[in-house]
Amino acid sequence: MNIHPNSKGSIFRRGNQPNPHDPTSNTRRTTHQPDSTKIHRNETHSATTRHSSSSNTPSNPPSPSSSSPNLAELSRTSSRLSLFSRVGSSGPVSVSSRASLIVRENDSPYYIGLEKVSKDPYDKERNPDGIIQLGLSENRLCFDLIEKWMVENVREAMVGRDGEHLSINGIAAYQPSDGLMELKVVKLRVSVTLLFMMIALAGFMSQVMRKVVSLDPSQIVLTAGATPAIEILCFCLADHGNAFLIPTPYYPGFDRDVRLRTGVELIPVHCRSADNFLLSVTALEQAYNQARKRGVKVRGILISNPSNPVGNILPRETLHNILVFAQEKNIHIICDEIFAGSVYRGEEFVSMPEILVEEFDKNRVHIIYGLSKDLCLPGFRVGVIYSYNKNVLALAKRLTRFSSISAPSQRLLISMLSDTKFIEEFIKTNKQRIQKLHHSFVDGLKQLGIQCIESSAGFYCWANMSELISSYGEKGELDLWDKLLNIAKVNVTPGSACHCIEPGWFRCCFTTLALEDIPVVMKRIRKVAETCKSLS
Amino acid sequence: MHTKMRLLSRKATCNTHGQDSSYFLGWQEYEKNPYDEVKNPTGIIQMGLAENQLSFDLLESWLASNPDAAGFKKGGQSIFRELALFQDYHGLPDFKKALVEFMAEIRGNKVSFDQSKIVLTAGATSANETLMFCLAEPGEAFLLPTPYYPGFDRDLKWRTGVEIVPIQCTSSNDFQITSSALEEAFHEARRRKLRVKGVLVTNPSNPLGTTMTRNELNLLLSFVTEKGIHLISDEIYSGTVFSSPGFVSILEVLKDRKCENSQVWDRVHIVYSLSKDLGLPGFRVGAIYSNDDTVVSAATKMSSFGLVSSQTQYLLSALLSDKKFTRNYISENKKRLKQRQTLLVKGLEKAGISCLESNAGLFCWVNMKHLLSSNTFTAEMELWKKIVHEVKLNISPGSSCHCTEPGWFRVCFANMSEETLNLAIQRLKSFVESMNSQSHHQMLKSSRRKSLAKWVFRLSFDHDHREPEER
Repeated sequence: MNIHPNSKGSIFRRGNQPNPHDPTSNTRRTTHQPDSTKIHRNETHSATTRHSSSSNTPSNPPSPSSSSPNLAELSRTSSRLSLFSRVGSSGPVSVSSRASLIVRENDSPYYIGLEKVSKDPYDKERNPDGIIQLGLSENRLCFDLIEKWMVENVREAMVGRDGEHLSINGIAAYQPSDGLMELKVVKLRVSVTLLFMMIALAGFMSQVMRKVVSLDPSQIVLTAGATPAIEILCFCLADHGNAFLIPTPYYPGFDRDVRLRTGVELIPVHCRSADNFLLSVTALEQAYNQARKRGVKVRGILISNPSNPVGNILPRETLHNILVFAQEKNIHIICDEIFAGSVYRGEEFVSMPEILVEEFDKNRVHIIYGLSKDLCLPGFRVGVIYSYNKNVLALAKRLTRFSSISAPSQRLLISMLSDTKFIEEFIKTNKQRIQKLHHSFVDGLKQLGIQCIESSAGFYCWANMSELISSYGEKGELDLWDKLLNIAKVNVTPGSACHCIEPGWFRCCFTTLALEDIPVVMKRIRKVAETCKSLS
Repeated sequence: MHTKMRLLSRKATCNTHGQDSSYFLGWQEYEKNPYDEVKNPTGIIQMGLAENQLSFDLLESWLASNPDAAGFKKGGQSIFRELALFQDYHGLPDFKKALVEFMAEIRGNKVSFDQSKIVLTAGATSANETLMFCLAEPGEAFLLPTPYYPGFDRDLKWRTGVEIVPIQCTSSNDFQITSSALEEAFHEARRRKLRVKGVLVTNPSNPLGTTMTRNELNLLLSFVTEKGIHLISDEIYSGTVFSSPGFVSILEVLKDRKCENSQVWDRVHIVYSLSKDLGLPGFRVGAIYSNDDTVVSAATKMSSFGLVSSQTQYLLSALLSDKKFTRNYISENKKRLKQRQTLLVKGLEKAGISCLESNAGLFCWVNMKHLLSSNTFTAEMELWKKIVHEVKLNISPGSSCHCTEPGWFRVCFANMSEETLNLAIQRLKSFVESMNSQSHHQMLKSSRRKSLAKWVFRLSFDHDHREPEER
């Protein structure tokens, strides 16, 4: 069959859409924020350092005279064309500046890495010398559980209970028997199937968040994956040229999801290893003030909890402080909790709904979720916006027409998610397996002298390989990445792609591996590690 | 809370999405009082939904005989794992192959499609919006012939910031596109200081239900060649052409004019979907086809914002690869559509109502000018309100489709049972008869206008309504 799970150019949800980087750019040691004002004001695309060029999107505050939003990064000729809405300008039209932008993203480490893996993927039996994929935050550990459920249930899920033929048209099979359901359908103005999906998702999210809070299905908007969910939220909460503050390192895909078509900017708030890469409100405050000085309107904060690529969970106090900060500045909070079900360490994961108490204005809090990570089903495209803001919900719902969930997938998932006993077992077993792999992987790295940040969640570990890099800077980091890819034949994600301010950090995903693959991985990394050590 | 309103984006608070158009208001009325043969026989019959429900039985029987397709199995082996993980924006190769072959078959195999030039999107809605993002800057414009699908006002303009300038077509020549209309639209754009990036046509047309003539296609091609702009041909209804003159795709015309190596070749883009031809709107399968590599590349990446579920792709790749099935489906579907259209046309004829002669689509473009109290859009709205509230039929007024002439309505015929269609025709016939026998419409005019104003006023504040998914 012609499916290539690792085919080249795939967009995998996590960690694989880094920003175009300039291999000749300067070291990252200089802090980004103070420089940013200078960079953002005058630079054309090609001359910027990695940090500011990481956005191939507007870093300039929009000037009132321009009609095009993306001045900074356009080449001269195309900017001339789009700069003036000149009627009757000569020469045939080409594509838009947004199209040119997105097409240029090919030269980043991610695409190179993914492409290489797809051409030469590791297979224990058939291709033992192939490249091992550690750059993909996909969870393959629990398919056996899902497949078992499918074997036992799928005929029913697709066909309907009691032999009732669900069929393609068969929404009729879900006739709500209780009047309350009918009322909800009319009130929420959704189809019956969609209502069932919302209920099922609310239930699943509650279970994932350890049932501490019960979630309201009417606060859910369903999208075709978390990718459009975040874009839709940005369209709702910010105008072109506005900005969101985001702690680094962050999931590289945000650069595209948040910025590409909305014209909204991402302002990094750097976190450091000394703090275990946890966000400090002081840094938030600083970044906010600097943005104001530049005349950029900050509309909100975008956090990921559990975080990607580090795998931290935010402590209760930090969450509280972020809420206070947002309230003070009258801005929004978008909290991406897509990895909420992968928390394997005893530490308590506190989700947003849990921490929101009466004293906070809930209207400013919006949560992103999806089934790509916790249920291991990225292919079925199910994302969630959970918001307390009625206006945002109403608008987001309308915007889902551009990114809606496919009907057959809905049917199957309603069935699966409603089987709460199965889901309970699944969540538990999933965590156990992730933890086992995590433990083994981190241990393996430790034996190579590579330390990782102590993380509690996610499918990856955040490894400190700064001692192995030849020069302390982005170039050194990318050299190491290259060696790992081409000599060790292991594809990992360099921290620079995640906007990490400290060079030498790498994200290594381990959930695509089996336990017995780990020694193979470590042996290969050792090869490169030893050559690096001997050079330094 | 009022302060919170200021916290939202301008898009949240503006009305570019055209939500208050009568097209959507009619939907709302229907939803409050939907017809049901058993439970609500006096309810409003939905005739504003261009959905094809005539051939489900064919799809269902295929599904029943091919359980593997829906059961994540290929040749008896489970491929669930691969499908569950598959989120490659390049799409499932087997599906793309089957899709382009299906598209070629619909065009009588007079043209063929290259599967590497197709981009999958979550429905044609997403495809059209994505093309706008790829081809135009905010503030630039596309020309569209009127009347056009009301959803375009939202799909093409809302998030993209692109403008629509109408190419005014009239009933004098059956709403065909003329070169003077094209030039006039181009100049209108100029007057509004808008840079025109291209023309977008729907062929077969929604709401007209007609296929574009070779002459019109040639005209369009010459126009976009001369102006150096793009041409988007939304061919979502290409599989619904049930009688002559038959469907001519823009690609066929390009081929006939030997444009393969010319510049304009790269500027023609096609939008397709399985929502109409296969009657599968819920599956969310749309496609962009383009000869321009950059467009394909950019659109492919943008499709991340609306990928087609892998499960759906697999199911459909199996369905569409079954050539025996598709051949039979296409021909049977057309037969049924033709039969339905004839039913509606003849029924309307008996009521003294004529339609534009159509050969495609899921609707008729109906001429009710003679029922208007005056040749104005206000009168058209009055008539429409009567039809919704008294006759209890939800049909779409021409003004919502930006028609230049009052009195035209789009009436769908493929989204209900034959009995329901007959009932609808009966209701309309009775209504027309009662209108003819009394001149009570003179009396009602003023009171209707007052209640209309109140009604529209009330509804324009209600923002929370479901999106009609269909065109």
